[in-house]
Amino acid sequence: MEFTVRACSGHGRVGSLRLASGLEFETPSLLMITRRGLPVVIPPEMLMDLHPDSRACQFTPMHFLEDPLAAVVAKAGGVHKLASLTGFAMVAVARDSLGNEIAGEEASNLGASFETSSGRRIVGLEKYMEVVNACKPDLWVSLPDEVPHWVPEKRNRESVDHTSQWLDHCLSLQHAEHGNRCLGVVVGAGSLEERARSAEQAATRNVAGFSLAGFGLGEDVAQRGFHLEVAIAKLPNDKLRHVCGLGSPEEVLQAVGAGIDLLDSTYPYMLTKECLAMTFPLKMEVPLRNADRDMQPTPDHGVASGFSLAKVNLRSATYGGGRIDETPLVTGCKCYTCKRHTKVYINQLLNSNETLAQTLLEIHNTYHYLEFFKAIRESIKADKFHEFRTWFTSQRVFGMTYDVSESFVA
Amino acid sequence: MNWPRALLTDSGGFQMVSLLHLADITEEGVTFQSPVDGKPMLLTPEDSIQIQNKIGADIIMALDDVVKTTTTGPRVEEAMYRTLRWIDRCIAAHSRPHEQNLFGIVQGGLDPQLRDICLEGLVARNLPGYAIGGLAGGEGKDAFWRVVAQCTAGLPEDKPRYVMGIGFPLDIVVCTALGADMYDCVYPTRTARFGSALVSEGVLRLTHAAMATDYRPLDSSCTCMVCKRYTRAYLHTLVTKEAMGSQLVSYHNISHMMQLSRNLHSSILEGRFPEFVQSFLQKQFPKGDVPDWVCNAMDVAGIDISMCRIPQSA
Repeated sequence: MEFTVRACSGHGRVGSLRLASGLEFETPSLLMITRRGLPVVIPPEMLMDLHPDSRACQFTPMHFLEDPLAAVVAKAGGVHKLASLTGFAMVAVARDSLGNEIAGEEASNLGASFETSSGRRIVGLEKYMEVVNACKPDLWVSLPDEVPHWVPEKRNRESVDHTSQWLDHCLSLQHAEHGNRCLGVVVGAGSLEERARSAEQAATRNVAGFSLAGFGLGEDVAQRGFHLEVAIAKLPNDKLRHVCGLGSPEEVLQAVGAGIDLLDSTYPYMLTKECLAMTFPLKMEVPLRNADRDMQPTPDHGVASGFSLAKVNLRSATYGGGRIDETPLVTGCKCYTCKRHTKVYINQLLNSNETLAQTLLEIHNTYHYLEFFKAIRESIKADKFHEFRTWFTSQRVFGMTYDVSESFVA
Repeated sequence: MNWPRALLTDSGGFQMVSLLHLADITEEGVTFQSPVDGKPMLLTPEDSIQIQNKIGADIIMALDDVVKTTTTGPRVEEAMYRTLRWIDRCIAAHSRPHEQNLFGIVQGGLDPQLRDICLEGLVARNLPGYAIGGLAGGEGKDAFWRVVAQCTAGLPEDKPRYVMGIGFPLDIVVCTALGADMYDCVYPTRTARFGSALVSEGVLRLTHAAMATDYRPLDSSCTCMVCKRYTRAYLHTLVTKEAMGSQLVSYHNISHMMQLSRNLHSSILEGRFPEFVQSFLQKQFPKGDVPDWVCNAMDVAGIDISMCRIPQSA
């Protein structure tokens, strides 16, 4: 595996990542969400052509504790073969962002507590590495003892110690023939000192990169920024940095601005679940129309539709009843959904409780988010990341700013 | 929909009766509870045809007075005669006869005489195609195939015959042997959502514990995307738990039905239809226990399946 930083803009950087499988892509990169190895609603055979960058997926080892068993994955020859996603990057992330909260419950020396298909249970090192080795991921995160920022100092210190010990233990259990694919976890939640200590320890290990944990758990945004900065300052520049739990556009921008290279995000799916299509503009060069600025929300639109420029609510009666809207979700979007279908059709599908609506929305939302990541990379290459971030966050202020991801912060 | 292939719309009649609360049928039309706001709504033959004209499908169905197959008594006769009166209203209301083909639906319950009257009446209207309706309810298989046989015998040779609501592969093979051409059913996708895959041997229940360690594809003779990529063991963990499980098994089941249609079609064209039927039955009933109703139907269809009644030796 090779990772090379190609361009910088502030602390943000564009890199090229070349995996042992030969797959190559640019960072910062979005990891698409999977459950039991497959996308939640996007047909797997459509994933390859969804977008030029739709090549990298996240998966959770906790989905392979029982149902299916690690043995089933091993028998298939790894998660790529099991899910028939050869040609994709599969990155194992312990945290299941799709719904399972980190409560920072008791962890023992043996393992941490995770939500699984059979309820909450302690997952120990041997078990975790059995699954990781059976899955043969392209990259994998070491077993974390991840806690939110409000835990007592003692618990926080314990989580740093555990995480460091478990990193070493995981490394000792990794299959040699898979090479160095470990992303060592960095925790530290409520304390900058602990964060730095965790990062320092991880930095000395022989890993492919790092995974920053303990974010997206209700922490103050500014605090998060300090934690990212403090941690990354201790990490070598030439190794990958992943963060879990941060997924909204603003969180992505903050993370990238601090120097993060990989993020798994449930943001597209969260919008899809709320019947929203992602529509925020991607090009700061295109001036916003005065009409967009002046439009007021009407009674028709639900709270979540925000007549914001960010998303449209496909459940809204506007698309079918009064005014039949035969435009695509985003005019000019080249995704499968926008090339073939209209808002009124998706509205009709939602009214008829057809699951095709979710599939079409998820395809578009994923595509749009991959375009967002591409725009981020372009801005870094042009050394304009700061401007891009400022522009993006300021234009989000138009209309209401209710953002679905905020409701999912623990 | 951006669907460039053929489309058929139903009249709404069956859905009203089967899915909605309190359908009241009069000469005027069907009164039912609106699924949107619960208020009473009336669907007349004219309404149904107008809506279908707007949707624009290639084949549209007449609104018929459909009764449950288990119904007996004068209601069955009333429904049959009303269906004939309604077909004339449908024909009159149809505003796009050169673009959309209006099919009539043969009713009459399980009564051969009523069916005959209905057949005669519909054939006299010289419609582009005909459906055999009122079946796929609670009737026994023996009654079912006899009605299908009677109708196919009484319908014109050169027009499509559509048996509504049929979807079990075995039923499709039998009806095809009896001279039917078209079928529709929720069965393949519905059974997929419950974790059952359609395979050459019958139905594979993926939820069964044995599937957890079965690393074969769903159907060894299937070339669909799902069978090329995934094992029973993996699908076992997905069905009834992930939306993707339903999607993948639905995909396979639909592929399976498409392949069955293709096989029926090409075996007839190539003059080896009886052989196909025999092979089909042998795979479904390796112990030779072909149901009596199938044997009787194949008798009438003129297909020798005596070899299917002998157990297949290992």
